[in-house]
Amino acid sequence: MSAGEIRVAINSDQDIVSARQKGRAMAAELGFSTGDATLIATAISELARNIVSYARKGQITLKTVNGLNRQGVAVIASDDGPGIRDIQQALRDGFSTSGSLGLGLPGVRRLMDEFEITSQPGRGTTVTVKKWRQ
Amino acid sequence: MEVPILKQGAFLIATFQAALSDADLNHLRMGLVQQVVRFRSRAVIVDVTAMDVMDSFASRTLREIAHMIRLRGAETVIVGIQPEVAFAMVQLGLTLEGVATALDLEEGLAYLNEKFKTAN
Repeated sequence: MSAGEIRVAINSDQDIVSARQKGRAMAAELGFSTGDATLIATAISELARNIVSYARKGQITLKTVNGLNRQGVAVIASDDGPGIRDIQQALRDGFSTSGSLGLGLPGVRRLMDEFEITSQPGRGTTVTVKKWRQ
Repeated sequence: MEVPILKQGAFLIATFQAALSDADLNHLRMGLVQQVVRFRSRAVIVDVTAMDVMDSFASRTLREIAHMIRLRGAETVIVGIQPEVAFAMVQLGLTLEGVATALDLEEGLAYLNEKFKTAN
């Protein structure tokens, strides 16, 4: 594990708080504004919540990433849960299978600059999001 | 981390100290509804100034608190949502529709005092 990488195991609602606090600290360290650090922390909270609600356990990996003349934060939320059968549907506002608000994924997409999801039914889901420092 | 609930005349004030877990929020919801009954409070102020993130669960819980308290015949005011938290909430698509909000504790108290002036 490199210095610019933090892994947080997500097993309970307490871990949601710890993951988003670590993400905020990393963003602050990289020089993100308070506003952007809050967007990142909020996205982590939603992604960790999805893990707890749908897969029960998984992990959040926080990484610093380097682009052309810019630095950013990548958040990778992965689990071995039931997976998502219809990703297009899951990315639509208002859709939920867990009785939640159904804002999770489309909301997270709006909070961050880049969004990528891979999921296999029965195997799990990995969501990778990035935010670049302005 | 438990949220202290302070009784201030006919009002209750719950102040979030720091980042709260889902369990803490559920606990607060029960606590507030019970206290409103116990003290026959007219209103509840929930001060979220110290809250780091308002995600979908936190905002749904706040809405539920407000609705439960309304069913008890009292009013809820959420105060202290920080600018960057408000920005993130809007991006995420969260609203606190139907719930009164005020800038800070002082404004929240002023709003309630005005509202209950004739009643008191």
